[in-house]
Amino acid sequence: MSDQTQILETAPDAPSRWHEFKNSHLFHSFTVDRVAQISFGIFILYILLALFAPLLAPFDPYDIAQIDIMNSEIPPSWEAEGEADFWLGTDAQGRDMWSTILYGTRVSLMIGLCAVALQATLGICIGLCAGYFGGRVDSILMRFADVQLSFSTMMVAIVVLAVFQAAFGTELYQQLAMFMLIMVIGIAEWPQYARTIRASVLAEKKKEYIDAARVIGLRSPRIMFRHILPNTLSPILVISTVQVANAIISEASLSFLGLGMPVSEPSLGSLIAGGFEYIFSGSWWITVIPGAVLISLVLVMNLLGDWLRDVLNPKLYKG
Amino acid sequence: MALLEVNNLEVSFGLRSGGVKALRDINFKLDRGERIGVVGESGAGKSVLGFSILNLISNPGSITGGEILFEGKNLSKLSAGELRSVRGNRISMIFQDPMMTLNPVLTVGEQMIECLMAHRKIRKEDARNIALQKLKQVYIPSPETRLDQYPHELSGGMRQRIVIAIGLLMDPDIIIADEPTTALDVTIQAEIMELMLELCERNNVALILITHDLGVVSQVTQRTIVMYAGRIIEQGPTKEIINDAQHPYTQGLMNALPQMAVPGARLNQIRGAMPPLQRIPTGCAFNPRCDYVTETCKHNLPGFTESGSCLVACHMVAEMKREAAQAASLAQEVQS
Repeated sequence: MSDQTQILETAPDAPSRWHEFKNSHLFHSFTVDRVAQISFGIFILYILLALFAPLLAPFDPYDIAQIDIMNSEIPPSWEAEGEADFWLGTDAQGRDMWSTILYGTRVSLMIGLCAVALQATLGICIGLCAGYFGGRVDSILMRFADVQLSFSTMMVAIVVLAVFQAAFGTELYQQLAMFMLIMVIGIAEWPQYARTIRASVLAEKKKEYIDAARVIGLRSPRIMFRHILPNTLSPILVISTVQVANAIISEASLSFLGLGMPVSEPSLGSLIAGGFEYIFSGSWWITVIPGAVLISLVLVMNLLGDWLRDVLNPKLYKG
Repeated sequence: MALLEVNNLEVSFGLRSGGVKALRDINFKLDRGERIGVVGESGAGKSVLGFSILNLISNPGSITGGEILFEGKNLSKLSAGELRSVRGNRISMIFQDPMMTLNPVLTVGEQMIECLMAHRKIRKEDARNIALQKLKQVYIPSPETRLDQYPHELSGGMRQRIVIAIGLLMDPDIIIADEPTTALDVTIQAEIMELMLELCERNNVALILITHDLGVVSQVTQRTIVMYAGRIIEQGPTKEIINDAQHPYTQGLMNALPQMAVPGARLNQIRGAMPPLQRIPTGCAFNPRCDYVTETCKHNLPGFTESGSCLVACHMVAEMKREAAQAASLAQEVQS
């Protein structure tokens, strides 16, 4: 007995957070899942490339002084006419593709993450309120979500951005492009979160610890955010990974349609769009290389999301 | 003035098939430091009674009549803010299943400190000290470590102790314990009940113990309320009710205890089952199951008759008493 109590007493001190993490189911399933490891590796690589783009890029694509139109459409360095200075070639403006892709990934990821943060904030608040208060509040908020869902994201985004561009001029639009894209993609997709959270809240709300929290005399916001929200985190985590990928795709599509990032500050989508005109004249690299980057980025995020969904679902627990 | 006074309380639940009255004509008083037991079958309205005292009945239910006076204030009329200052602070509640009443994602300490900070303006360290002290009161070994543990790391009995400690945090005047030992095994049950009794006596806390374990009621409580189909049918000192139940239903409950049966024979039971609340029979709700049923029982709702120090809602009590008295006098006559 005394031994046992001793173990109990010392046990919580000994393992650090890192140890706890290493012993967790999450970490274990990561170590056995090759797909997850590779996806995670590539994802981290992209994040690092995006983060350190100013250090890694040999040229600054935003600096007009460094761009020479004479360098336009140089193929990648392994092709016959390639130059060693531009290993992925240059685009129609004479910008180094490698640098532009690094900066473009940065822009794409930034828009994706910020838009999802906005979606999540909106969706979590609305979903929590709808689920927790129920009744009329629930009906009204969820009808809003239904209406929002019945318009496709692209349609909402195209209408809003086109109207903005027409009303305030291209100049202002180009300055605010990133902000506008984040807002539009963020606001258009909140029902995804709101619905998922509402469903989890409905399940959690019935549990006794919520009654207990009310008996203690806690306020509703406190119960919602401190007691219910942490219990619904795993679905939030899973949709977040998929939603970031979706937001990046949305941004790329909008840029491709000419409603996204301006040419002077290209994202992956606007790079693809910009190169599209030259694909038949043989300059395939301007479109294909950023395209491959975009596809692999979105693919690894979706794979990570799938893996996370399987791991966090206790019904699929495989030990 | 009684600490808690419940007058003509009525609780209804609105259903698609019309309203259902889950509680009717509930009257009782609770003094400071008094321990009262509420017994009855499942579905008799015991838990609803517990929840309605804290005005925690959630949709579609609501308190539709009567009043709950806590130190003279009607709890069913208080604003949300005023209610919060009573809940957890002056009246706390302990639930059935300790596996469910603790939030799985917060540590024990976080949950206790949260409760303290919600009611008092104190610093976190002070709150932690109070929490520690309360954990010691419920005899939890090495409370410092427990504070930083999550509920899943603790055993059922330990968790129920923690739930009790949370109930005691604010030094409440009343604890409502809704079947606090149902989810625990028998040996732990006894420990927990002993602990609750000790804590109530030491801190002069009033206890409303909701249970269907008559053994627990007889050990812990001073007065007992017997409920059937949303009504109180008998209330009085626990000793009298246990030793000399007046209402046929209470008698049936007592007879149903395994100790009352002859070893080897079938256990006694009350025939039938409690009617659903939508279809409560006219007159006395117990009449279809009662052995002493008469025509009056089927049509008229019995009022309370005083029988010794008990209040009994039964038409037949007076008659049964008269018969008993007759038998007694007859016996006397025979003797003389």
